[in-house]
Amino acid sequence: MNALKRFGYAIALPVLLVGLWWAASAGSTSIFVPRPAPLAATFVQTWLGDRILSDVLPSMGRLLAGVLAAILLGVSGGLLIGSVRWLRELTEPVLEFFRAIPPPVLVPVLMLLVGITDSMKVAVIVSGCVWPVLLNTIEGVRAIDAVLSDSARTYGITGRARVRYLVLPSAGPQIMAGIRQCLSIGLILMVISEMFASSSGLGFTIVQFQRSFAIPEMWSGIVILGLIGVAMSFIFQWTERRVLRWYHGLREVENAA
Amino acid sequence: MQPEITDPTTRAAGQALPAGQAMLSVRGLKKVYQTDAGDIEAVRNLTFDLRPGELACLVGPSGSGKTTLLKCISGLMAPTAGEVLLDGKPVAGPPKKMAVVFQEYGRSLFPWMRVRENVELPLKNQGVPKAERARLVEDALEAVGLSHVPRSYPWQLSGGMQQRVAIARAIAYQPEVLLMDEPFAAVDAQTRADLEDLIRTVWKKLGVTVLFVTHDIDESVYLGERVIILSSSPTVVQEDLTIDLPADRDQLNTRALPRFTELRHHVYEQIQLAKKGHRPAAASDTV
Ligand SMILES: Nc1ncnc2c1ncn2[C@@H]1O[C@H](COP(=O)(O)OP(=O)(O)OP(=O)(O)O)[C@@H](O)[C@H]1O
Ligand SMILES: [Mg+2]
Repeated sequence: MNALKRFGYAIALPVLLVGLWWAASAGSTSIFVPRPAPLAATFVQTWLGDRILSDVLPSMGRLLAGVLAAILLGVSGGLLIGSVRWLRELTEPVLEFFRAIPPPVLVPVLMLLVGITDSMKVAVIVSGCVWPVLLNTIEGVRAIDAVLSDSARTYGITGRARVRYLVLPSAGPQIMAGIRQCLSIGLILMVISEMFASSSGLGFTIVQFQRSFAIPEMWSGIVILGLIGVAMSFIFQWTERRVLRWYHGLREVENAA
Repeated sequence: MQPEITDPTTRAAGQALPAGQAMLSVRGLKKVYQTDAGDIEAVRNLTFDLRPGELACLVGPSGSGKTTLLKCISGLMAPTAGEVLLDGKPVAGPPKKMAVVFQEYGRSLFPWMRVRENVELPLKNQGVPKAERARLVEDALEAVGLSHVPRSYPWQLSGGMQQRVAIARAIAYQPEVLLMDEPFAAVDAQTRADLEDLIRTVWKKLGVTVLFVTHDIDESVYLGERVIILSSSPTVVQEDLTIDLPADRDQLNTRALPRFTELRHHVYEQIQLAKKGHRPAAASDTV
């Protein structure tokens, strides 16, 4: 019953919005205004055929690879920099500098350096996604409670055990916040990396539709991006709730007090 | 009732033993914190020894450096001067067979682990076999009266229960030296009495050397074989008092003994003196 109710809440507003959209666009004849029913038909036609294999899945594969690499790099780098004080002081200004560079400007540079390959596109995604994870992990590692750290030390929990039982879980909430940012940046960069000198992929296809005035197809491409975003967000939330169950419980108790 | 100073060269009034007889030796310990606002001398000069298997209580006014002393003994912090010897060897980092129960109970348990996992972790980390681990954890939780909550998270428990989990973790670890920093501060009177008896039982059973910090005078006399009274800051040993009560102690009868009242009186007076800034004759103020 409860699950049904929650599902109802989640679905109510989207249904209402589509309804409004349908009513508002019902009489329209402009080719630039999308209408729900034709759009749905176009969507099925455009994306559920060959393009799944030739564009959608490769794009998502690169997104996944980029995001995973960024998380791996960001977390391991963050653990290292966060635990070593001099390294932190040494790298802090440089990291802020790199983080401030908008990753899309790197696309031409990476194109020259790496070539127009899958690796280049993954590299663009990584170059933008790694910063929130890295900086959040550093912050999380730094913020470990001193008493908790002393407790671990007195019980001989050092080295790898310390990372596993103390550092990672303690920085967990911050790491997850970084990953959340990383995901939304990743989707944007996936599209952008395919807009330049590319011959396949979601970003390429959508730009291609735009240029050839295939407006309904273009809209359907935007819809698919939105759907991918929603799916990623749901998967993230589901994982986060499981990984950080203790944290949400703790916060609830603290807020109640 | 006067402290015996067996080693006339020690300047502060702590009981020192001949070399080789002490489990834990604190020698001329001094700790100065360097902060942006200037130096803070938390401990000036502390010297005392604990015999193997001794249970000593440490009392002193708030801010007299009790926590600082425990951190130096447990190797978490290097003293500014002086040294700590465990079994004759200088302490440089946290020693293997020492457990510490911290004053800030709420911050010493891993909030992402359940009660059972918290107690088990140090043993697991040491490679204790699973079956033995399970037994040790169960016994420890049972001893502190928490065998009904092994699957709860620490933050789901009251402050007193959390502190008991921290105590259970220390007991399960089976240390040779146990340091406790005001462990019963958050516990209600009845539980407190039970835990006091638990500490004495565990102490007798394991033969562990215990240094127990408390601000409760009754507790220090009831628990200890010895009470070390610290002066107010700059801290030295104000008095090192042997508690000559019978070894078998009982909440009602022991506390009703005339000798208990006398000792309690004495400790109380010394602490009042310490708070007023009185310094023991044996301690030198110029270090
Ligand atoms: N990390 C620190 N940096 C600077 N000063 C400190 C630090 N820790 C403690 N102090 C100072 O050292 C002195 C002794 O502190 P400590 O916590 O050891 O006292 P305590 O006897 O444990 O007090 P309480 O009974 O209130 O727990 C205090 O003046 C305190 O302000
Ligand atoms: Mg203290």
